[in-house]
Amino acid sequence: MAAPKRGRSASAQSKPGRSLALILIAIVALTGGMFLSGHTTPRLGIDLAGGTSITLKAKADQGSAINKANMDTAVDIMNRRVNGLGVSEAEVQTQGTDNIIVNIPKGTNSKEAQEQVGTTAKLYFRPVLASEPSGAAAKSPSPSASSSGSSSPKPSTSPSSTASSKEKASSTGSTSPTASATSQGRAVSDALKADATPSPSASGSGKPSGSPSATPSASASGGSNAAGKLQAQYAALDCTKPTDRANAGKNAKPGDSIVACGKVDDAWYKYVLGPAAVDGTEVKKAQAVFDTQGASGWQVQMTFTNGGAKKFADITGELAKKQPPQNEFGIVLDGEVVSSPYVRTAITGGQAEISGSFKQEEAQSLANMLSYGALPLSFQEQSVTTVTAALGGEQLHAGLLAGAIGLALVVIYLVVYYRGLSIVAMASLLVSAILTYVIMSLLGPAINFALNLPAVCGAIVAIGITADSFIVYFERIRDEIREGRSLRPAVERAWPRARRTILVSDFVSFLAAAVLFIVTVGKVQGFAFTLGLTTLLDVVVVFFFTKPLMTLLARRKFFADGHKWSGLDPKSLGAKPPLRRTRRPAGPVAGPADPKEA
Amino acid sequence: MSKLGNLGARLHRGEISYDFVGKRKVWYGVSILITITAILGLAVRGLNMGIEFQGGAVFTTPTKMSTSVAKAEEYANEASGHQSVVQKLGNGSLRIQIAGIDTDQSDRIKQELAKDLNLDPEKLAADLVGPSWGEQIANKAWEGLAIFMILVVIYLAIAFEWRMAIAALVALIHDITITTGIYALVGFEVTPGTVIGLLTILGYSLYDTVVVFDSLKEQTKDITKQTRWTYSDIANRSINGTLVRSINTTVVALLPVAGLLFIGGGFLGAGTLNDISLSLFVGLAAGAYSSIFIATPLVADLKEREPAMKALTKRVLAKRAQAGAEEDLADRGGDDADEAAPAVVGPRSQPAARGRGRGRTPGKRR
Repeated sequence: MAAPKRGRSASAQSKPGRSLALILIAIVALTGGMFLSGHTTPRLGIDLAGGTSITLKAKADQGSAINKANMDTAVDIMNRRVNGLGVSEAEVQTQGTDNIIVNIPKGTNSKEAQEQVGTTAKLYFRPVLASEPSGAAAKSPSPSASSSGSSSPKPSTSPSSTASSKEKASSTGSTSPTASATSQGRAVSDALKADATPSPSASGSGKPSGSPSATPSASASGGSNAAGKLQAQYAALDCTKPTDRANAGKNAKPGDSIVACGKVDDAWYKYVLGPAAVDGTEVKKAQAVFDTQGASGWQVQMTFTNGGAKKFADITGELAKKQPPQNEFGIVLDGEVVSSPYVRTAITGGQAEISGSFKQEEAQSLANMLSYGALPLSFQEQSVTTVTAALGGEQLHAGLLAGAIGLALVVIYLVVYYRGLSIVAMASLLVSAILTYVIMSLLGPAINFALNLPAVCGAIVAIGITADSFIVYFERIRDEIREGRSLRPAVERAWPRARRTILVSDFVSFLAAAVLFIVTVGKVQGFAFTLGLTTLLDVVVVFFFTKPLMTLLARRKFFADGHKWSGLDPKSLGAKPPLRRTRRPAGPVAGPADPKEA
Repeated sequence: MSKLGNLGARLHRGEISYDFVGKRKVWYGVSILITITAILGLAVRGLNMGIEFQGGAVFTTPTKMSTSVAKAEEYANEASGHQSVVQKLGNGSLRIQIAGIDTDQSDRIKQELAKDLNLDPEKLAADLVGPSWGEQIANKAWEGLAIFMILVVIYLAIAFEWRMAIAALVALIHDITITTGIYALVGFEVTPGTVIGLLTILGYSLYDTVVVFDSLKEQTKDITKQTRWTYSDIANRSINGTLVRSINTTVVALLPVAGLLFIGGGFLGAGTLNDISLSLFVGLAAGAYSSIFIATPLVADLKEREPAMKALTKRVLAKRAQAGAEEDLADRGGDDADEAAPAVVGPRSQPAARGRGRGRTPGKRR
């Protein structure tokens, strides 16, 4: 064949074996790592594995900013909520600047979680109108003292250890004439009746035990209808049932009286609560501290904002005059009473503490709730997708089948068109596929990458992009052969130019993927990530695998001699006779010096 | 060798070629016509926005439903009080779309539907979206598009030159217009999946364009040092030279997408796979077209306005006129004779041109 006059091979052909060895070692190492780490399959996204995916968008209220700190706090709360449901592997992530994606893998609790997550993180202090243990299993084995202990200020007077185990409220108060097991139920109806009566106003004077009628809430809760409804709700409420619990405080407006559930030492209590007296946003700060002086153990200290301090002083002033349980206020987070401390005196000055026989975690958790509840971000549900595992699996199946068919078509096309060269292409595609799979598997545990349906699409589309690079290179080589070069110099000469083209166009692809990844959220992001990843891998594969392999193969007789099936047969490529260079070196204009159409 | 291989060889040798640049006016016309049609389609018919953009719910049943579409529609209307759209998918499952319902309602509707359809509610997949979700995705997409365009124009202007950057941008806008136009005209549903597909076209359409530009840049590096070809000629040769590659890459890119489209659409019916692959398919085809027929001719057009190129064109034309008078030596002569003769002899016989050429040479050589 054509004798290369200007063999550039010597310098450019440097050690193809080394690159090949390098990438093979990398593949082996990565694959080994994959098997060692035990994550041998990519983590499947919610749309493939089944489950529920909820996208929430933050809304700024009251001039509060949507910033990273607020978003992170919100993620914390939601995480606590979904994982508090016992849902394993639920994940909550921020996405973009103002979105939170909650993925709940398939499981029975997804609907409940959806409700929990979807509701706004709102905390209110509401006066307790009545409360009692709820449900058949109100087995509160602990005597009342401790039962209220976790939620009420350290009782100064000795806790009445009367083992009237069914009641909670009465015991801690020093004077508790009313609280008998029977009176509880009546107290409720009394309270509600009082609600309905038009003269609730001056709750002021400490009423004698009998009828704990007057509540400050009455006027707000509307007519007797509302009261009746509330009473019916209260009677029907069974806090041991999760559905009842979830529905209890749902959709409550701050101004309404509500029924709610709360847990005190493993026993559920139900409450009737008045309108919100203090908003959670008015808690400036809450923290758990260990009280060394008073020896009262762990307690939660709250600092209120100025407005909050005033309201808190008012409500505590009123509550302090009342009888148990109406001297308590319920701290309600998302419709659930998280704590119901009682009040001894009006608390002015905007500082308050809740003490009791807290364990450290309890105190910290309550402090967190108080802080979190004060979070000024509320969220709007943007989309909820539930996918059954069956459907997801089907889609994945179809996606993989489509990928396989697409790949097969590409391979057929390459074989028909490039013949022997297609071996190089197929080997490169194979390497690319292995690397993509292994890296995706490893990225699952590393950065929580989950393969979702759009990502599968991205990977399939990437077959085309990867094949593009080979085509650019192959066509270059063939052009060089057409120029009359023999294979080895053609392979080397074609490389720098093909390399530049590949880099430039891959850069554009990568730029598109990067911009999409940064700007967008959710599905689009997964797609962009896959596209970016495969573009990078394309460069790696072409540089460290395709090119060295080509160099090696160019030494084989089959290819070098331009066998009919090699895809590099100079005759059928229409090569010109061997180069007879004239004075000009291979300048770019002169390089592919063909007769142009006249 | 396959026929296409021969075509490649003949294209390479220049035995055959299509005058893309020379006939650019025709293709501009075609493109303008398509664009106008697309814009008219958008204006008149508008886009068929999917449920993600209006809010609502999509319920998908498992495969093998015995319930008929009409019956399911009746159930859905009854359960929701809204008009529903029910489609039967390729695999026998039903896709029930109900627009304008919110989260609270959907749960109830789901239960009710499941009961009516005799299904376990767990098996009824629900895709529930607020009205602003699609809008948000679309807004982010536009944002991404704008950022990407700015960055890519900057990049191309640096890597190549501003004319190419502009031409690439025009081609890109052209692709997007055509794709959305087809969506409007045919009435395909626009979903977030469609948006994803559309965004992918960005990178891909440019990939093709960039490959042609790369070859063009390389071949026109020393263009002012010869008088045989005008910029347009070389641009045309670049297109023809990369034509086989363009065809190959487009085919190879379209094959997997076609697979997705066929599998996604044929077996699973509407869904993410289908949405993405449909817009990709349309966009890829438009992208291949625009990189060949629009982007490169546009570069040539812009480039020919440059004084240096104008001068070159003049010289080339003058020389060709002369060569024509001397009979078509070029046709019979070998490459080398051909190559040597015009480049050297041409200028020599034309003092004016030579002088001008010489004057420019130092500037052009860096």
